[in-house]
Amino acid sequence: MVQYSSSRLDASFAALSDTTRRGVLEQLGRADASITDLAEKFHMTLTGIKKHVGVLEQAGLVKTAKVGRVRTCTLGPRRLHDEAAWIETCRRLWDARFDELDKVVEELKRKEKVDGHKKRK
Amino acid sequence: MDTRRESEPTLMKNPTTTERTSDRELVVTRTFNGPARIVFEAWTRPELFKRWWVPKSTGMSLLSCEMDVRVGGTYRLVFRHDAFPEPMAFFGKYLDVTPHSRLAWTNEEGEGGGQQVTTVTFEERGAETSVVVHDLYPSKEALDGAIASGSTGGFSEQFEQLDQLLVTLDASVGS
Repeated sequence: MVQYSSSRLDASFAALSDTTRRGVLEQLGRADASITDLAEKFHMTLTGIKKHVGVLEQAGLVKTAKVGRVRTCTLGPRRLHDEAAWIETCRRLWDARFDELDKVVEELKRKEKVDGHKKRK
Repeated sequence: MDTRRESEPTLMKNPTTTERTSDRELVVTRTFNGPARIVFEAWTRPELFKRWWVPKSTGMSLLSCEMDVRVGGTYRLVFRHDAFPEPMAFFGKYLDVTPHSRLAWTNEEGEGGGQQVTTVTFEERGAETSVVVHDLYPSKEALDGAIASGSTGGFSEQFEQLDQLLVTLDASVGS
């Protein structure tokens, strides 16, 4: 998460701060859906669900396209190419952690050696 | 001193690998230059754990760290991130504590849809220990969701506090 700009992070967090919106993402992870489908699924008015989809769309998590009278929602463009970036972000986090852990391990090894010498007298 | 293999830690940086091994699982590996006993200790003693779990380079700092490391015991870590005014809590329970070889805990800050479980194995090979971290998400959707949000998981508890932000965003979308 380090390299994400805070405004983008804020938009993502805000978009995901709502149970309905997380539900919409999960739903779209399974299959594309129209606004009407989503409204029914989440027991909301069309206006209500449109607002949620709008927030997700602004965060780049969902995209919508209108064909005829139906607006179809799919997971946004960020999702696919972001998988590699996300995994790299995880790797960097763990790598930074483990660099610190290396230091702790070295210190414990040194300490153990000193203590061991003491015990042997 | 009988220095047969006193490696310089700074010169001997081992690589960290990360891989999505299935729809629901992320695996992280790293080798440490020390016995499993010591590496395991660094994961299970809070005063050691908090020295490395939240490196400064992440922009986060650890405000508190409580760990009751035994099967059924709980943990609670509270972080602050530069980008957010409110601290974030990570908590869960230990499922497996097998000295020097295996640790598992739940990540319960997420809601609904089951728990994310982290399993860590420690395998000693000569003077080194190979550590493998498995992050198992409750579903493909949950892992996809973590990816979509750009987070490494675990920020869910703060989502409510971020609702404030949302009000602003909602207003701009609605207009």
